[in-house]
Amino acid sequence: MIVFFIGILTGILSGLGIGGGTILIPSLVFFIKTNQQIAQSVNLIAFIPSSVVALIVHFKNKNIEKNMIKRLIVPGIAATCIGSLLAIKINSDMLKKIFSIFLFCMGIFEYISAKNFKKNN
Amino acid sequence: MINGLLGSGGGVVLVTAMTFLFNLHDHKAHATAISIILPLTIISSLIYIKSGNASLEITIIVTLGSMIGAYIGSKILNRIPINIIRRVFGSMMIITAIGMMFY
Repeated sequence: MIVFFIGILTGILSGLGIGGGTILIPSLVFFIKTNQQIAQSVNLIAFIPSSVVALIVHFKNKNIEKNMIKRLIVPGIAATCIGSLLAIKINSDMLKKIFSIFLFCMGIFEYISAKNFKKNN
Repeated sequence: MINGLLGSGGGVVLVTAMTFLFNLHDHKAHATAISIILPLTIISSLIYIKSGNASLEITIIVTLGSMIGAYIGSKILNRIPINIIRRVFGSMMIITAIGMMFY
């Protein structure tokens, strides 16, 4: 049941355009006591169905820059493979520490983007 | 790389990079980011699953919950002060990060 609520909260935040995964991953680690890798895999897989739907809508609305994809997809795939293989190799505690640094930066980013948002309005 | 290693955040990094470096419009940046992140996410998901680092049960429950949540989120988007929420969650993320570092 807690897992379900964590899911709902994550979805609400994603719907608002605030990173859902940055909330989902620590919540799973703290409340469900999963290891860091499992929490990350849940976030990755849960992203797939909703983004397929979003992508279809964006594609119909012609919001996708094909040139940008061509430039970024190959290095992106290579980097993702390296990242994922690293993630499954290192131990959960170490990965947790790396993630916490990232989370810290994202927290600051949320703050800054809140300020910019105000300026634009 | 970030997406694979940390299981999240690739989208934010990508959208920010595209809007700042390539002057892409916010809307287009979001749409393009998803089209790049989606194949990357599928690849890293497969790598995680193959190595046994996945839980089918938790994933299904979270996915169901987040679909309901996403619907609620998009409905209330225009009715709530998003800046305050950004600040609240920004602070929560910073505190959680410090907690995780020394936990």
